[in-house]
Amino acid sequence: MSPDLILFFLLAAVALAGAINLIVQTHPIHSALSLIVVMVALAGIYLLLGAELLAAVQIIVYAGAIMVLFVFIIMLLNAGKEERTSLSHAASWLGVPLAVVLTVVIGWRMGHSAPSPAMGGNVSGVSRTLSEMLFTSYVFPFELTSILILVAILGAVALAKRDF
Amino acid sequence: MAAAPPATYAVVLSAILFGIGALGFVFKRNIITIFMSIELMLNAVNLSFVAFSRLLHVLDGQVFVFFVIVVAAAEASVGMAIILQVARNRHSLNIERIDLMKL
Repeated sequence: MSPDLILFFLLAAVALAGAINLIVQTHPIHSALSLIVVMVALAGIYLLLGAELLAAVQIIVYAGAIMVLFVFIIMLLNAGKEERTSLSHAASWLGVPLAVVLTVVIGWRMGHSAPSPAMGGNVSGVSRTLSEMLFTSYVFPFELTSILILVAILGAVALAKRDF
Repeated sequence: MAAAPPATYAVVLSAILFGIGALGFVFKRNIITIFMSIELMLNAVNLSFVAFSRLLHVLDGQVFVFFVIVVAAAEASVGMAIILQVARNRHSLNIERIDLMKL
């Protein structure tokens, strides 16, 4: 039972708990925070699977920009009513031990085994090849996504305008 | 090299996450929660891309995840703008109240 496997099951359990919590909660802000938990757990699994650039992009773009947009909109629209639930206490009872366990397993894994490509043992490995592919074989979809983002910006501004 | 978790476990996890996202998409009533279930499904698909890219020892799966993330960002911004307008016009985020195009 290697530390990688234990770490994978731990992160998978966190991701599953976050996903189930997303559909169980009634207030959308709780669902948004659970989705952020799922995304961070998935970023950890990407690291284990050897996709370190994707893990960073997932945290920065997905959890750091898209989910922030979601939280903005939920707070702007005042979605859902304010209620004090007892689940906040359950989160602290469950969250603190889980964070300790996660830290211990990550520390064990990093100190235990030889560096793998996913952990920087071969620094110019995956990210370099990925960037080269992105700018040579996939350059056409890459440029198309920039046009897509421009169209999305124009669409969002045009749709959210208050008066015409 | 440390024994990485077999990528088939990640594919199974991706399938379960996709199912949970589909459940949320079908059964929730708040429009923002439905949108978040769609994002969960997209994340599950990203995970399966990365897992298969690991299984087949190619990097094309990871490149495609980039594009999925970009498309999800564009879709999220336009979707939020639409939700904003819908919430302004109908004064409700319950999809059972905004199921007709006529006000």
